[in-house]
Amino acid sequence: MKGKAHVFGDDVNTDEIIPARYLNRIDPEFLAAHCMEDADPEFVARAAPGDVLVAGENFGCGSSREHAPIAIKAAGISCVIARSFARIFFRNAINIALPIVACPEAVEDIRPGDQVEVDPAKGELKNLTTGNAFTFAPFTKEIQDIIAAGGLMAFVKSRMGG
Amino acid sequence: MTITEKILAAHAGRESVRPGDFACADVDIALGNDITAPIAIRELEAAGIETVWDRERVVLVPDHFTPNKDIASAEQAKVLRDFARAQNVTHYWEVGRVGIEHALLPEQGVVGPGDLIIGADSHTCTCGALGAFATGVGSTDLAAVMATGKVWLRVPESMRFTFTGERGRWISGKDLILHTIGEIGVSGALYRAMEFTGPVIESLPMDDRLSMCNMAVEAGAKNGVVTPDAVTCDYVKGRLQRDAVYYESDPDAEYVETLEWDISGLEPVVACPNLPDNTRPVSELAHVHLDQVVIGSCTNGRLSDLEVAAGILRGRVVADGLRCLIFPATPTIEREALERGWLAVFMDAGAVVSPPTCGPCLGGHMGVLAGGEVALATTNRNFTGRMGHPESQVYLSSPAVAAASAVTGRITHPDEVVG
Repeated sequence: MKGKAHVFGDDVNTDEIIPARYLNRIDPEFLAAHCMEDADPEFVARAAPGDVLVAGENFGCGSSREHAPIAIKAAGISCVIARSFARIFFRNAINIALPIVACPEAVEDIRPGDQVEVDPAKGELKNLTTGNAFTFAPFTKEIQDIIAAGGLMAFVKSRMGG
Repeated sequence: MTITEKILAAHAGRESVRPGDFACADVDIALGNDITAPIAIRELEAAGIETVWDRERVVLVPDHFTPNKDIASAEQAKVLRDFARAQNVTHYWEVGRVGIEHALLPEQGVVGPGDLIIGADSHTCTCGALGAFATGVGSTDLAAVMATGKVWLRVPESMRFTFTGERGRWISGKDLILHTIGEIGVSGALYRAMEFTGPVIESLPMDDRLSMCNMAVEAGAKNGVVTPDAVTCDYVKGRLQRDAVYYESDPDAEYVETLEWDISGLEPVVACPNLPDNTRPVSELAHVHLDQVVIGSCTNGRLSDLEVAAGILRGRVVADGLRCLIFPATPTIEREALERGWLAVFMDAGAVVSPPTCGPCLGGHMGVLAGGEVALATTNRNFTGRMGHPESQVYLSSPAVAAASAVTGRITHPDEVVG
């Protein structure tokens, strides 16, 4: 996955990712149209399919609303790279197969508009603009099993059938 | 082991667990609401799963955008209602009986000590106050639990917070948790368990313990927990529909961090925009003028919260130009407040009393802020745009500070009003 970086700060919360006034609908396209609206009203207009979202500590803190990773994924973002993730957002992203990467060194390096290439399976990340390369720890086996199945429900179904 | 580790081990059928272990645990109660459950229901249908694992343990609460705020919300509430009926779910409440989930479940005895509770709502951690393991998840996690009755959890490291000293007249559980979050920050307990202990906690009423555990997630925690004791036993007696199991941490339990605070002389604490860790003593904020005060929510809409507010508002009136909104958390609480004359006190003061709903806490309905407006709320989050317009501001406090501030129209120490 390769795309342009959109950079945000620390503690980006789910109210900023998808404000509660839009939680009366669950269709991904509707949610995507309002993605990041209260943090950056121009985000959706600037984001192109494949772009990456870059943030600081504790990305996705606050509410458990799965509408947040759904909105990001449906907005065409290919990967979220942060220093750290809030725990419910982390689970939700894994469960719906939105690629996420915790890599503080890369966050330090990436500036808005940089071209970034990520390979989550290999644990490799490249900032094509600066030429700097980074590695990050792969997920634990438990999490990789969920991703390999294509998300939590597919994982659960395969186990229920077995 | 800590109390958190013991509950997880017991539900995973293991002798012991350690922080960092992955545990596949049996769930006692799985919770969803009118915002999160519709996505879970869609996931179940997409996976072709037709029945929930246990209709008595799946709990569905239409509390966020109810009474239905618009057509789209009405459609979501209908998805929840139709599913609850089709699955013959035992614990579903219609408007008129429904309350805010994290107040309703303990009150109705649906959850109790020793339980493992998974809820598709971040404030599910509230119920740790009963000596349970309770944590928030998203909709797909909820769908998986509704299908199987099991959940994968990473065993969290535990942090121990010990509170000593004299709890001042106006210091509530809300002040203790705001103080804690102010000290450690909004990611200070990320992925961890927060265990609240010490003499102050031992003498703390259940309503205040619930307020504290409610906001564990605002420090990033997986769960908050209080060791069950006589206060817990008194609370669950006559309510709990199952046998309680009481766990406590071993004397040699391991904590990744221990913090101890003497709270003697602590001033009421207020969190300033736009994060719950941006805390200040109330006296430093007397210059902040308010457009709205909100008293209620899963954090502070319980009977003792309304009692404090009524005590301050009795015989006084809300400041000119200020809107004071009071949200009892459940119908039982609202009814009791009515019987005790508190609703009349609120109305005489010029406040409005709402039916139980999450309502304005998340900027849903019934009290949304306009651009530039400032609110003081007893709720749990003050993120940008949390209560409405992205350029509105929210301060967080206890019910005592909120009620006093409603009288003066600016952020006010209760002593200034009550004397």
